Amino acid sequence: MRKLVVAISMLAFAGSAAFADPIIDRQALMKERGKIVGGLAKVAKGEDAFDAGAVLTQLQALQANAEKFDVDALFPKGSDVGDTTAGPKIWEDTVGFKAVEDKYLSNVKAAVAAPPADVDALKAQVGAIGSDCGTCHQGYRVKKG
Amino acid sequence: MAWLKKLAGAAIVLGGVGAAGGWLLSAPVKLDAAVLTQLGPGDASKGKRIFYAGGCTSCHAKPGSQGDARLQLVGGLQLKTPFGTFVPPNISQDPKDGIGAWSVDDLANAMLNGVSPSGEHLYPAFPYPSYARMKPSDIADLYAFLKTLPAVAGKAPDNSLGFPFNIRRGIGLWKRLYLDNQPVVALASSAPDPAVAGRYLVEGPGHCGECHTPRDFAGGTKKGEWLAGAVAADGPGIVPNITSGKGGLASWSEADIANYLETGFTPNFDSVGGAMVDVQRNMAELTAGDRAAIAAYLKAVPPHPNGYPARKPAS
Repeated sequence: MRKLVVAISMLAFAGSAAFADPIIDRQALMKERGKIVGGLAKVAKGEDAFDAGAVLTQLQALQANAEKFDVDALFPKGSDVGDTTAGPKIWEDTVGFKAVEDKYLSNVKAAVAAPPADVDALKAQVGAIGSDCGTCHQGYRVKKG
Repeated sequence: MAWLKKLAGAAIVLGGVGAAGGWLLSAPVKLDAAVLTQLGPGDASKGKRIFYAGGCTSCHAKPGSQGDARLQLVGGLQLKTPFGTFVPPNISQDPKDGIGAWSVDDLANAMLNGVSPSGEHLYPAFPYPSYARMKPSDIADLYAFLKTLPAVAGKAPDNSLGFPFNIRRGIGLWKRLYLDNQPVVALASSAPDPAVAGRYLVEGPGHCGECHTPRDFAGGTKKGEWLAGAVAADGPGIVPNITSGKGGLASWSEADIANYLETGFTPNFDSVGGAMVDVQRNMAELTAGDRAAIAAYLKAVPPHPNGYPARKPAS
């Protein structure tokens, strides 16, 4: 019994250690997000063919990605130092930061709820989502060398 | 001790000559009539393009404004720089708090020459070292467009600058070093038209070099590192290298640059950030031809390595 408890707690520790670096976790989420938006943008620009089913799958993936974006877990206090471009405003104005993220999530959800039937509809949705990317990166990210 | 007296006398005379010379050399000078006659009648619909190319709203709208509020040019942003805090003023059509009472000559003197209607030097935080390269007719068009925008009452706070930067007269000497209405990049006579058109947009109204070029100790842009990127003047972080040198845009095609200016997405699907977000929103208002011209010019500028120090390893 005792061995089992130790084994479980060791497993739990290993599990949490695997996700112990919030900087790496949030960067992975942002990379994935960029890749999905990039794929959608290619369709919106007419570089890739429009396929309503494939577009919806991508939008759903974007929603799943956005729902994983837990600000408290990914941006704990102290994670502003190191190999990160997260700006100080994230911690100075966490409420504002969460509000921008919420707006983004609601725009993604709206796109999933009313999937685009053609390229023009997708273009409008990608435009709104892209504007959210910019709004957040305007104030909450600091470009470094 | 006679020699000491002579030396002191000479120093006083030299100092006096220097002061008098400095006073003369630093005097604000208004544009001459030959330039003002080139202004012409002005066309508001053409001026709208100049307004967005020039990015007036990025600094002169109330900070954080979205949509139509960006046309309310009430000022108030705080640009915190090593020289002190600059506050872009109200340039709405309010006759008292804004520039509603300015003539087109007044606007030309401010933009091409950095001189206010009352005959004082303006601080180059207002990017007239770039605007000085603009065609007078574009200033007249811009003037006509500004006239169509709302009057908004309310004065922005004054600049808050330390000594000696709080002495406006000193800007006269600075202008002698750095104010030049000639193009920065010499393009070959065989350069394609878009690159030449793009040079005008980038070096003139677009004033890209004001943030993307490193500055020397006196705050002048280093023309030998034109557009090489720089440490941000108004906060933490850097402004990227937009030449094709190491660290810059070599891997971006002209189409990539034009698309970024239109949509805000980089070729790797990162998004525009920082102060560039407002700039990109302005660039999206231009025509595809103008954005392509900017891209053509950026591909034609001499390549430079990054104009900012390499990132320190994480500590």
